Amino acid sequence: MGCFFCWIVVSFQRGIAREIEAQNKWAQRVEMSYFFVLSADDALLRSPSSSRTRTSMRPTLALQVRGGGLGLLMCSHLPRKSVVPAPLSRRAVPIYRPNHSPYYVGLDRVREDPYDRVANPHGVIQLGLSDNKLCLDLIEDWMSKHFESSAIGGGDFAMYQPFDGMPEMKLAMAGFMSKVLGGTLSFDPSNVVLTAGATPAIEILCFCLADHGNAFLVPTPYYPGFDRDMTWRTGVEVIPVHCRSADSFTLSITALDQAFDQAMKKGLKVSGVLISNPSNPVGNLLSRDMLCNLLEFAREKNIHIISDEIFAGSVHGDAEFVSMLEILDLVEYDKGRVHVVYGLSKDLSVAGFRVGAIHSYNEDVLAASKKLTRFSSISSLTQRLLVPMLTDSGFINTFLGTNRDRSRETYKLFVEGLEQLGVNYLDSVAGSYCWVDMGGFMSSYSEKGELELWEKLLEVSKVNATPGSACHCAEPGWFRCCFTTILKDDIPVVMDRINKVAKLCKHAR
Amino acid sequence: MTPKAPRPGHRPHDDLQGDPTTTAAARGGGGTGMRVIVPLQGLVQGRGGLVLGSVIPCALFYFLQLYLKRNRGRPDSPRSPPPQGTGLTRTASRMNMSPRGAGRARVASRVAVLLRDSGDYVEERRCSDDGVVDMGLIDNVVFSDLVHKWWVENGKETVLGNGSTIDGIACHWQFDGGLEFKLAVSGFMSRAIHGAVSFDPSQMVPVAGLDAAIETLCFCIADAGNAFIIPTPYNPCLDRDVKWRSGVDIMPVPCRSADNFSISITALDRAFSQAKKRGVKVRGVIISNPSDPLGTLLDRETLYSLLDFVTEKNIHLVCNEVFVGAHGTDQEFVSMAEIVESEDCDRSRVHLVYGLSNDLSLPGYHVGIIYSFNESVVAAAKKFARFTAISYPVQRVLTSLLSDIHSIDKLIEVGRERLRKKFAGFYEGLNRLGMKCMKSSGGSYCWVDMSGLIKPYSEKGELELRDKLLHIANIIVNPGSSCHCIEPGWFRLCPTSLEDDDIPKVMDRFQEVIEACRSRS
Repeated sequence: MGCFFCWIVVSFQRGIAREIEAQNKWAQRVEMSYFFVLSADDALLRSPSSSRTRTSMRPTLALQVRGGGLGLLMCSHLPRKSVVPAPLSRRAVPIYRPNHSPYYVGLDRVREDPYDRVANPHGVIQLGLSDNKLCLDLIEDWMSKHFESSAIGGGDFAMYQPFDGMPEMKLAMAGFMSKVLGGTLSFDPSNVVLTAGATPAIEILCFCLADHGNAFLVPTPYYPGFDRDMTWRTGVEVIPVHCRSADSFTLSITALDQAFDQAMKKGLKVSGVLISNPSNPVGNLLSRDMLCNLLEFAREKNIHIISDEIFAGSVHGDAEFVSMLEILDLVEYDKGRVHVVYGLSKDLSVAGFRVGAIHSYNEDVLAASKKLTRFSSISSLTQRLLVPMLTDSGFINTFLGTNRDRSRETYKLFVEGLEQLGVNYLDSVAGSYCWVDMGGFMSSYSEKGELELWEKLLEVSKVNATPGSACHCAEPGWFRCCFTTILKDDIPVVMDRINKVAKLCKHAR
Repeated sequence: MTPKAPRPGHRPHDDLQGDPTTTAAARGGGGTGMRVIVPLQGLVQGRGGLVLGSVIPCALFYFLQLYLKRNRGRPDSPRSPPPQGTGLTRTASRMNMSPRGAGRARVASRVAVLLRDSGDYVEERRCSDDGVVDMGLIDNVVFSDLVHKWWVENGKETVLGNGSTIDGIACHWQFDGGLEFKLAVSGFMSRAIHGAVSFDPSQMVPVAGLDAAIETLCFCIADAGNAFIIPTPYNPCLDRDVKWRSGVDIMPVPCRSADNFSISITALDRAFSQAKKRGVKVRGVIISNPSDPLGTLLDRETLYSLLDFVTEKNIHLVCNEVFVGAHGTDQEFVSMAEIVESEDCDRSRVHLVYGLSNDLSLPGYHVGIIYSFNESVVAAAKKFARFTAISYPVQRVLTSLLSDIHSIDKLIEVGRERLRKKFAGFYEGLNRLGMKCMKSSGGSYCWVDMSGLIKPYSEKGELELRDKLLHIANIIVNPGSSCHCIEPGWFRLCPTSLEDDDIPKVMDRFQEVIEACRSRS
């Protein structure tokens, strides 16, 4: 605890000495009053106002003789480092600890050792992240052609920017959204709030719609990031509503209803339902009827609906995507309870630009989220780069068309590869994922078996797929594989690697 | 059960006591002001009225609240075992019957705080730009023309890269910023303070703006219901950044014009003990250096004593610093990082935040930096960065701008010179008008004393003057009350958003207001 110095402090100022006793503020008084310090240690004989001396003294006990003003002070010489570190908030504790969720462990592994056809052929292949790399060349082309006019032109370099997006950008975004989501519908930019990615958009909505301790119903399997986006800072809870492979993972209102009742029984207040349409890991779409039923369910329970439609423009199958907003336009409904999240990361493959949007008819939600965008606003540079791109309808049409064709092609190749291996999968019509059933390779039909298989895939054959348990899937053995991060020519490599694990597993049995 | 038993016994008292209270109040309203307050009446008359007049109503009120609380809890509690298994329809019908079920879906109650925020008053004016001079704008645009010039010359190459693909732009999933970017920023920061400290990029978390940086730190350091001690006057944005989402409270520590608004450790200490008495856990102190809105730099001694204070109390210290904007000629800017480096102390309680884009005259870029000496805070902030990620093009541009040492050095130099000149011109103008102000040596603010113009000498008078400035002179300013200054009449003006030629014009407009104020009084 440091060595002890015995200090005899002679105070000529009786008042100060009394104050010491009264306030019990040893350290401060020592430094503020002028004491003559008699000490055996010459090194400590310094002016009390020297910061060096005073910070290293921590007086622990003082005896004071009132009458003569003679004080005896015992100071422990405590080095600062031994002081207990200042505590962090309780809510930060689970967050700063290293994460063991397979989703994030896998991502880290890829970051360390990414696969590259030429440079690193033995690296880890990324199937875990929904980067869409199929049409990057189109973006690059456009950028290099129009860069001067888009980013460098325009003099309002340092103008005041509203946090929720420049008016031009909102207009462009509303236009793009109506093209992708609405079909014939056109959106009003005043109903759109722009955020730095869909992640903060979801967080902001959760913050606005639910109080601390309230819950959201989320059909499983869902995007692993929701756990973080929805719960971390907002204090909202997520109640998984399980969908089964027997119904090909489609949502059922009965299951929602049951989950709602169970939550009520537990005393949880349910504030809303969050659905992703197209579904993130599974890649299926919600039908018109289902959307109507959902609206009815929300009305009956008086809760909100957040519809995450970030993959709306990435439909590669033959089904037709129906946005929640389209249904809302058709039926008589309280529009204030439906909120749509959209972003450019997937459909325009510009994840690095961090552009997300909230579309809502609820005035309060709009006003509140506009204010909250001060914490996650899109930079003016990014907006200026994107506005001309989004308003170039010729380019957008070509891009969406090409993206659709290439996705379809890659998906077909990927699925054919799986079929050759004899691996089951769920037919996906949208998004960049294939929901693959590798239950046959597991040593035991349980979450443990699934994680073992995931580890084998990652460590032995170096493929990072997301296990279903990370998506809260109720049935083990399903894996989420993203097919848009890899090149067409790499698909055989992926299949070889999966096959390697398959053989290994058969051996082990 | 205990509070229930005495209730019937107290009922008659309730009526008895209720009468005099109401009659006293009624009579008080009639004219006899002294009788308004029952306890006072008892005191004055010297009877036992003090007890009867104050304690019993208080007790009754307490019981009433308890009673109401219990009764409110009652209908909720039997919901857990639903009678005869009709849970589903019953809850549904209940929802439909309840007033909120019938109408619109309600938003969360915590949103109310946000919706009540009156910041929009100015913001709406700002957007409808019609010759309004905005001196409340926190954006520093002093040398944005220089940055723009650099951008025109190097922009394309920077964003699209020569040779490297667009891959990075489009597929960026590292929320907490790339290493190259952090390296460039740390190099720049230490260059701005002449190499006094070298900043470690691994302790750095770039986020989307200063507001986000402060909010993220609040989430990391404090739980909802905890508090931060902040010396006033402080930047009004802190109210939003600290309170809105993280639910953390602010304990303002008033500084006075008599001490030049300097931070006194005694006052901090008093605020700390007060909070403790109230049962509020104080988690840290937030300061800004140069002080925002005062524009004064904190000296070494103050920084040392602040560090001592937080160490003694075992709390955190969040320090909002401006590196380039520190233009003080006579006074040297000392970063908290420098103090921490030199001192043998527990560093893990010190966290710096830095508004990089604003300091660089690039306010639209929204880049803030968290620099913490605490590993856990860095780890948590990195994970929270998913909500406040900086877009990749911005990182690219800033990386190459900040690594362009030749340009950036020139930029810092010219920027400081321009700030100095601008402030000098502004002071001169204010002097001519006879307005006093604090000598600013950093940041982009000027803290002006207009207490001579306000009438009455109160917050109301101050807000009236703000309105006058807006309506007569078309100038937007921040009144001291929005900065929680306890003395009315101070205003925060930001001359950095003005062109040099505009200063005389603005001074003329001030003159108009001064005349208007004088003529009325």
